[in-house]
Amino acid sequence: MMRFSTLIRHPAEWMAGGASEQSAVITSRIRLARNLRGHSFPGWAKKGERAEALEILRPAVEGLPAMKDAFSRELGELSSVQKQVLVERHLISREHAARGDGSGAVIERRQSFSIMLNEEDHLRMQSIRSGLKLTEAYKALSELDSMLEQKVDYAFDPTLGYLTTCPTNLGTGLRASAMLHLPALVLSDQIGPVLQAVNKIGLAVRGLYGEGTESLGNLYQISNQSTLGESEETIINRLERVISQVATHEENARAKLMEDDPDMVADKIGRAYGVLRHAHIIDSKEALNHLSLLRLGGNIGFFPAESVNLCDTLLMDIQQAHLQLHAGAKLSPEARDSIRAEIVRSRLQSLDSPDIRISKNNDTDRFPEGGNPEDA
Amino acid sequence: MMKCDYCDSKATVFLTQLAEGQMKKVCLCDSCAKERGVTDPTGFSLADMLLGNFQKEVGGPVVQRKEKVAGGAKVCPECGFTFEDLQKVRRFGCGNCYKVFSDEVAMMLRGMHKGASHIGKVPEGLMEFHYRQQRLDELRTKLEQAIASESYEDAADLRDEIHTLDETEVGK
Repeated sequence: MMRFSTLIRHPAEWMAGGASEQSAVITSRIRLARNLRGHSFPGWAKKGERAEALEILRPAVEGLPAMKDAFSRELGELSSVQKQVLVERHLISREHAARGDGSGAVIERRQSFSIMLNEEDHLRMQSIRSGLKLTEAYKALSELDSMLEQKVDYAFDPTLGYLTTCPTNLGTGLRASAMLHLPALVLSDQIGPVLQAVNKIGLAVRGLYGEGTESLGNLYQISNQSTLGESEETIINRLERVISQVATHEENARAKLMEDDPDMVADKIGRAYGVLRHAHIIDSKEALNHLSLLRLGGNIGFFPAESVNLCDTLLMDIQQAHLQLHAGAKLSPEARDSIRAEIVRSRLQSLDSPDIRISKNNDTDRFPEGGNPEDA
Repeated sequence: MMKCDYCDSKATVFLTQLAEGQMKKVCLCDSCAKERGVTDPTGFSLADMLLGNFQKEVGGPVVQRKEKVAGGAKVCPECGFTFEDLQKVRRFGCGNCYKVFSDEVAMMLRGMHKGASHIGKVPEGLMEFHYRQQRLDELRTKLEQAIASESYEDAADLRDEIHTLDETEVGK
């Protein structure tokens, strides 16, 4: 049985994904909701019925080839910190972490698939890939879904499609989303109109961290809202097109910023680097915002390309539960801030100061590491 | 003689279930069982309720299952989910609820999605199952009609056909 520490020791495959051509798109995620026919949905089922559904689902899921030697637990077996770490890694939902026995999680070794058992629906299956790869992520997950369907009977209606607890997921049961890093659109005050335009065509946009319109770390998630009446392919194609457009806007905004105000960009990235390299106390808000600028620096060639992955991994590792797991103890907010600073300092130890080659007369050298929007 | 947990009469209803690693047991006499609406002896939540250590499920909907339903209101016969529950949680109890509350579903779906009927992936085998069920329903209705009109020869044929169809289980 795979240990929790083994699962978590390595960053997820998607975190170490390497630079993609669309550097603004960090990850693509596909989620499918499925339920068993003839069983009450988990939220309504009595304890015994839930246990029964779990007994059917768990062996079926564990038996999938992709889930060979997977991490598989009933949630009651995990501590609240462990569950929280899984939430921070996007492997289980926040709602699922609140559950205990009668619900489960099966996570593929490289963390590219995870399946929640008895979440809001009997099955919530997910696949994550780095970069803009929704089609690829869907194909992989759909294959897994088709294999499961050989073993268990799904609740399905020819008109309403896959039947789900909440009617907002009916039909395909598909939620496709991408996590985007949009610092230049934020810095140039274009983020509002861009996100509004996305929203207008029926897609949902939200900040990944933070409340309401505020988004820490300039991270945004775009996903489909409608699940019924369009095929998986149609939904995913539209999303990919829109996300790719937003990513291009971001690339253009980066180029424009470097052209209009290179000193401001260099100053922001330089300061972020200085703070992260030398701070001894840093809260998560400050850390996220500086890491965002550092990542931007990596994208536009101020730092080596590997620094982008370093930032993405740090995004996970500086969060509350990850810090607690690292420290092996419950931490006061003050202790958290100092351990966070310590981790950031040590990870960035070998990162040289920004290679800021701005020359106002030399346009050609502005994007030394392929950050040129024409390449996108 | 086992006594009822609530009065000293002879217990006739026994609920024993393993929950959270503990064996829970409730003994009830006929009248106490009826009074408490215990009709389904396999229910865990009933045992919990009777023992007084009823725990609210973390993360689940807050409504609790009702044993009695006010006259006239729609109830899903498979899972006991009521119209009232639907109004509270805006979610459903099981797949069959979508049939029971089809009018409400149609109302809720208005403007929610791009369309009203499914386009996309269909589980293999399930469609086959679905059509078989449809055909069975059809044949059964015909059978009833045949019996009602005393066409026993037709009825016999229909019965045979139903029998054959019923036995061809979808291979799982």
